[in-house]
Amino acid sequence: MGLRDWLGLRHELPQRRRLVLTILSFVIPLAVWSIVSYVPWIWHPLIRVTDPGGVDYFMNGMEIDRAAFARESANATKAGLKVPQGYRVNPVYFQPPHAVARAFYTAFTTPPLLPTEPWLYQSLGHSIRTIFWGFVTSSILGLPLGILCGTYRFFAKLQEPFIEFFRYLPAPAFGALCVAVLGIDDPPKIAIIFIGTFFQQVLVIGNTVRKVDPALIEAAQTLGAKGWRLLVNVVIPATIADIYTDMRILLGWAWTYLIVAEVVGTMSGITYFIYQQARYRHFDNVYAAIGMIGVIGLTTDMTLSWLGTVLFPWKRRTRKAARPEHKALPAVLADTLEKESSPPASKTATTNLTSNSPQPATAKA
Amino acid sequence: MTFTPLKLPDYHEQNPEVAARFRRIRERPVVMKVRDLHKTFGTNGHGHVAFEKMSLDVHRREFICIIGPSGCGKSTFIRIVAGLEDSSGGEILIDGHPVSGPGPDRGMVFQGYTLFPWRTVKQNVMFGLKMRGQDTSTADAEARQWLDMVGLSKFEGAYPHELSGGMKQRVAIARALANEPRILLMDEPFGALDALTRCKMQSYLMQIWKKVDVTVLFITHDLEEACYLADRIVVMGTNPGRVLEVIENPMPRPRSMDQLISPEFLALKHRLDELIHSPAETEEKLHLIKLTQAGDEVE
Repeated sequence: MGLRDWLGLRHELPQRRRLVLTILSFVIPLAVWSIVSYVPWIWHPLIRVTDPGGVDYFMNGMEIDRAAFARESANATKAGLKVPQGYRVNPVYFQPPHAVARAFYTAFTTPPLLPTEPWLYQSLGHSIRTIFWGFVTSSILGLPLGILCGTYRFFAKLQEPFIEFFRYLPAPAFGALCVAVLGIDDPPKIAIIFIGTFFQQVLVIGNTVRKVDPALIEAAQTLGAKGWRLLVNVVIPATIADIYTDMRILLGWAWTYLIVAEVVGTMSGITYFIYQQARYRHFDNVYAAIGMIGVIGLTTDMTLSWLGTVLFPWKRRTRKAARPEHKALPAVLADTLEKESSPPASKTATTNLTSNSPQPATAKA
Repeated sequence: MTFTPLKLPDYHEQNPEVAARFRRIRERPVVMKVRDLHKTFGTNGHGHVAFEKMSLDVHRREFICIIGPSGCGKSTFIRIVAGLEDSSGGEILIDGHPVSGPGPDRGMVFQGYTLFPWRTVKQNVMFGLKMRGQDTSTADAEARQWLDMVGLSKFEGAYPHELSGGMKQRVAIARALANEPRILLMDEPFGALDALTRCKMQSYLMQIWKKVDVTVLFITHDLEEACYLADRIVVMGTNPGRVLEVIENPMPRPRSMDQLISPEFLALKHRLDELIHSPAETEEKLHLIKLTQAGDEVE
């Protein structure tokens, strides 16, 4: 098993190796995280005091910088006082994997500290709702506009230059404006996700639709399709699978606007949960909540990807051609061909004028 | 060793049967009339000339091959007939009606595979029928008949990507014919296929054409293909693109691959060779630096 088996340029990897690498892609960061968390001499910049000794401001359980601890220990030794004791720890904002893993479960089961606060599942639900409405409103407008831009030069020229300009305006910049216009609850948050998604959506979908194979449109035209029927029967089906992929990517973008959107007005959803937990210094919950966004995003994407293969079966290009067109014969002669497949006369010509057939009376000279 | 060329008959010579057939063809109504059609790319009169003024009458159920080297404007011509491109002047009449834009009366089979990948084989064949407003069950039944005709009934539920190149083109032919066009335009339809498959497809096409009332305009750059298929061969030349000669194919029908060694065939092919491979082109000497070391000459 040489290096080239793994690293050959554009060399296809067998499924086992692909699986190994996929697992490694998660295991490697996890391993780095574990090493930093559990091996004391890698980082652990603080000392947790277990015995204050002769240092008067030290307290049991207090965490102190290693340099400061060393200095105070030296001072104590010099003064002949009892030397303080402690062990190396990481800062509280750096949580080890097991704590975060536990928090994935306990964050759901722990009731909120204040009766006014939502449970975690309620926070998540709120976030998903915000994303959903932001993305749906954006798509209701963006999808048809994108398709029109990709199909008709008229719409492309009328809309794309402005959209091209507008998409450079950062969505969060509209936060204050959205709150002023739409109040402090969910509408401004949905509006921010809309602004962040919509303009990209029109351009991306427009580009995808523009890439439809012109030969397919020409073929359809020679078969009698024209106007809107060409759009409905050729352009849209030809690009729908790619549009679907675009939508999946755009949904991912919508998630990146979520946190910004939820800070606008009254803080809500998963962002509120994260801020609140950070305030309580429950950093394990903070990591878990951030991780949950990733898990939800990845699961949604994988589900949609799978759904795509169900919806668009012609995109599954794994199967080989149904059967070879010709057998490996040394010579191809017309008579063998004739025998092999003489198509039945299902559509007989209305007038049979070939030289080997009886002639109609009118054709006789 | 001296090479004595075979004594070939004149390619104008037709046996009585063939001559009678051409007389009959000429008596049939004209399906397509091309009058002074020409095309120049670019504007202001100093653009690139795709092809000079050409005129052609195509009779009902005639099989016309247009042959010529690349750049002779043959593809542009057929695209203009299909209505996919505009001409720079002249006119095309189909059954007396001038062509404006693409329409179902002129079916087309392209060189590239243009089956709709999201439709199954049967749905592809149904496309034109549905566009015509036929209801699904009628279109379904008709599509099955056409698939049966090209021998692909078993694959009606398959998607195009599951088919081989030759099968795809057979579906494309069925799809074009299902619309019952007055004229079937074929733009190098077998150009992308391997030699064996191409042979087979030519034979399939002959069989289909025998059974369907359709006029065929077939573009190719393959001399043998033109000889095997055509009633008349329109030979085009380059610089500028123009019609060099319209030849009545002296080979009798039904044709078979055996005829590819007959004197008529050789005479015809010889003439096509003369027209297409002008001496100036073939005689061109390449200036090569000698890179060989061994003393032996290759020839």
